[in-house]
Amino acid sequence: MIELKGLTKVYGKGSKAATALSGLNLSIQKGEIFGVIGHSGAGKSTLIRCINLLERPTEGEVWVDGVELTSLSQGQLQERRRKIGMIFQHFNLLSSATVYDNIAFPLRLSGTPKAQIEQKVLGLLSLVGLEEHSRKYPAQLSGGQKQRVGVARALASDPDVLLCDEATSALDPQTTDSILRLLLDINRKFHLTIVLITHEMHVIQSICDRVAVIHGGGIVEQGEVATVFLKPQHEVTKDFIRSEHQHEGPLRVALDAVHGQYSTSVKITFLGQKTYESTLSHVVRRTGVDFAILQGTISTIKDVPYGQLLVRFEGSLEAVEATLAELTAQGLDVEVFG
Amino acid sequence: MGNLNFNEINWEEMLDAGIATLRMLAYSGIFTIILGLPLGIVLYLWGRSNNYIIRLVYSVLSFVVNILRSVPFIILMVALIPLSKSIMGTSIGVLGTIPALVIGAAPFFARLVETALREVDRGVIEAAQGMGATTGQIVWRVLLPEARPGLLAGVTITIVTLVSYTAMSGMIGGGGLGDLAIRYGYYRYEKEVMIISVALMVILVQLLQMAGDRLVQHFTRK
Repeated sequence: MIELKGLTKVYGKGSKAATALSGLNLSIQKGEIFGVIGHSGAGKSTLIRCINLLERPTEGEVWVDGVELTSLSQGQLQERRRKIGMIFQHFNLLSSATVYDNIAFPLRLSGTPKAQIEQKVLGLLSLVGLEEHSRKYPAQLSGGQKQRVGVARALASDPDVLLCDEATSALDPQTTDSILRLLLDINRKFHLTIVLITHEMHVIQSICDRVAVIHGGGIVEQGEVATVFLKPQHEVTKDFIRSEHQHEGPLRVALDAVHGQYSTSVKITFLGQKTYESTLSHVVRRTGVDFAILQGTISTIKDVPYGQLLVRFEGSLEAVEATLAELTAQGLDVEVFG
Repeated sequence: MGNLNFNEINWEEMLDAGIATLRMLAYSGIFTIILGLPLGIVLYLWGRSNNYIIRLVYSVLSFVVNILRSVPFIILMVALIPLSKSIMGTSIGVLGTIPALVIGAAPFFARLVETALREVDRGVIEAAQGMGATTGQIVWRVLLPEARPGLLAGVTITIVTLVSYTAMSGMIGGGGLGDLAIRYGYYRYEKEVMIISVALMVILVQLLQMAGDRLVQHFTRK
């Protein structure tokens, strides 16, 4: 659906030149929710703005739905942009227009007949749950409501792609979740391809199918969210995941406390239905080792449940090794910690 | 002030002068907006262009606007007498003053328009660009509606400025309240006429400002 090839963006010239993207390649599938995570200044904002050419890349090609946007004339580009919706961190609504007129705006740009506009806008108002607010001005709405207007406006011209530029970064946690649920809803309902950029792992974890980690103007890691989240490879990725659960200090102390004749600390990852099964208990009963739980977490990645358990097994070397082998055989991911 | 006698004021003449002032204001106001608004929009658009040549044209235009704004109106007025004659057929009376008033006020108004447009949130313009809006659509559907309170404030300031310009145009035989104040009050020591004419202009400015403020208030959505 979206192909970015050798994307390079340099701001300024000569000695003041700053490279925001350097030869970045990315491929996004139709119908997926693709997340890009990175620290501020990593180039993620430039990246998403290059997809609809709000920012023109210095080099490289942008392909959306088989069309090379970078080769289009201004008029052709304006036509294509109608099929790419975008929502923003600061909503960017027309302050002088009502909720209704804001949502109708893209339709009026394309000269849609009045009756058709009304039908479309009323449908969108009910989709985002703002029926009663249609005559209000943006200044009279809360942040979450403003973003709902933004979403409705972006959907008005039936786009194939929705770009979300830090769409939840200005919202409080509850509102963030409700907007994320809305995005997931419309992704399922309309099979809309969604690209979102964020600096919050939580956002990625809640709704994304795949994720790319951007750092220093390039992608350092990408893949299925579960894979990247549970087995991060790059330091930057680990950093993002660590900041989600910050219990490093106490954990180190727990790991260092040695007990028994032979003990080993292991991180066990449960994914999917296995999260809710008593596999661990079955296994240790058979192998006869004891265990202490050092840390545990249970959560979901999109809709898939997962659990991570840091345990210390205590017993004979053979028994512990048998336990690890058995857990792996049961389909759990086992990683020895130290 | 000595003894003032308001009984001898020729109210008919005062009324005529008042109407002349209002006519000058209406004509020059309308033409100032017709000329200044597009000029302001062009200044705004060209000033932000990435194209080197357009930036150059902007600098030249901007320079011309600055020159027109820095020449004192009284001098501009006199200098424009030949032009007024060729456009309006006369350089005196209500019609004769219009070219000078418009050329004096339009560059000023254009700058106010440019400033008001710059106040429009860049993000909103970008959102419109992202939706495939053309430059014309951005001007009509985004810039002008979003800047409306600022533009109305600019119109108010410009018209109030025009009130004082019309008074100065009395110097070249423009007619109106200012003319009356100078001819009777200043040259013929009829203080009463001067006081009434000036008072009327003060009231006019107050009313214009109040009306402008109300409009701005009405259209402000923030």
